[in-house]
Amino acid sequence: MSIDALAAKLTDRASGAGQKARAADAAPATPAIVVHGVSHAYGARKALEDVSLTVEAARFTALLGLNGAGKTTLFSLITRLYDTRQGFISVLGHRVSEDPREALRQLGVVFQARTLDLDISVMENLLYHAALHGIGNREARRRAQVVLAEIDLADRARDQVRKLSGGQMRRVEIARALLHEPRVLVLDEPTVGLDVASKSAILRQVRTLVQERGIAVLWATHLLDEVMPGDAVVVLHRGKVLAAGEFADIVAASGASDIRGAFIALTGGVPETPG
Amino acid sequence: MSAHAMTLPRRGFTLAQHLICLRGIAWREALRFLHQRERFISALVRPLVWLFIFAAGFRQILGVSIIPPYETYVLYDVYVTPGLMAMIQLFNGMQSSLSMVYDREMGNMRMLLVSPFPRWFLLCGKLLASTTVSLFQVYAYIVVAWLWGVEAPAWGYVAVLPALALTGMMLGALGMLLSSAIRQLENFAGVMNFVIFPMFFASSALYPLWLVQQSSPVVYTICRLNPFTYAVELIRFALYAEVDWISLAVVAGMTIVFTAGAIIAYDPARGLIARRGGGGG
Repeated sequence: MSIDALAAKLTDRASGAGQKARAADAAPATPAIVVHGVSHAYGARKALEDVSLTVEAARFTALLGLNGAGKTTLFSLITRLYDTRQGFISVLGHRVSEDPREALRQLGVVFQARTLDLDISVMENLLYHAALHGIGNREARRRAQVVLAEIDLADRARDQVRKLSGGQMRRVEIARALLHEPRVLVLDEPTVGLDVASKSAILRQVRTLVQERGIAVLWATHLLDEVMPGDAVVVLHRGKVLAAGEFADIVAASGASDIRGAFIALTGGVPETPG
Repeated sequence: MSAHAMTLPRRGFTLAQHLICLRGIAWREALRFLHQRERFISALVRPLVWLFIFAAGFRQILGVSIIPPYETYVLYDVYVTPGLMAMIQLFNGMQSSLSMVYDREMGNMRMLLVSPFPRWFLLCGKLLASTTVSLFQVYAYIVVAWLWGVEAPAWGYVAVLPALALTGMMLGALGMLLSSAIRQLENFAGVMNFVIFPMFFASSALYPLWLVQQSSPVVYTICRLNPFTYAVELIRFALYAEVDWISLAVVAGMTIVFTAGAIIAYDPARGLIARRGGGGG
């Protein structure tokens, strides 16, 4: 079976599975993120081509793709760093290009590149972020203390960010993304460059957010060991969605025994060995 | 159905929330400025070198005739002071633009741009914050210049504040516009050579325009077309509690043009940033 045929089969199956799941849940829940028919190009170079995917509310959705698949471009469009010129993206029903204020209000973002200000303290970074969401100083401090306690960094609040380890910085970025109490969290390769312990701590923390707070998570990665059997999965390759649906459906449809085999069957590429 | 799964209602930001956002941007700019002490020192040393050395040397060579707003002959260091005040703001504007390019490369800028507040508001907030920082720098220079014996009428130090705010906005907006066109930090050296130095030297900052006209009509025309000339003259007149209306009109007009240009350049739908893209997965 060709890669395209397999991708078409998987997309159909996944879509059917998704519909069944939605039908089972009688309540018409608004998806956390809907990406529909989105294409994007930098000049003549196409980065995304007719991409459609859905991130369900209160679920962990893994966006799998090798480097250069278009994950970061998709994140830039979801967060409105770039405007969506073809297709549309909505966050909890608010279209990003038409109603960016409401869409961005519901979104917590952790970019692949570090976005903390290294020269100021952890608390100052959090207060700055809170101000960018219109949260007053007193309330911002209260929330900052809560989120820092949750990530076990309450004692580092006054420290300059520069003095933290890579894993601690990432945890602060996640805490910061939660400060304005978003309903949707998008993370672009958040564990890149971290040691094994930091990776698993961050992943565990984010999964807890899904389970305990009902936050929807879109987690972009090229590391297959970060995906769990209960997750929703989207495979992005060379700017196109090759498969989207439940973990088990994607593995089963590919005829592989695990997600690694399914990913290789779909993309023809070998993902990075987790480390 | 859980509450989070529903489309949340639209809630606009209140005026108080806008002010919180503005204060946050200004506060971060101030914090960065305080943490980068060398930035403050170099901002102060640069014009003082001109005042202490250049102006002292040229005091006996350059004769400044009686020209408005001066009612009598003035020493060269008195003449050059408004130009040096504008110079501080020019360098601050470019420093701010440099930090925007740095923030963009390092990723900090993204957090500003993904705020739910309108992008024009965020950029104007950054501009206001940068201008406020430049005002502190200018007044620090004024104190040292006063100790050096360069004095203006007492009320002039108050009257010059709105003029400095406007010129700071114009030069900051120019820096912001330039930052949108600069791809990498390394390209910033070009800005020094092609923007800062020509703007500063082809202006009335260091010598009166009638002197320039006598030696080169072409350079004189360039000086007249340079918005920085009008920034210097606006400050010069304001320091004597006078208004040079033409300078005021030019500086106000160019502030609007540069700010609008920067807002368009950073607009995700129309701007330069979206067309380039970045690396990543």
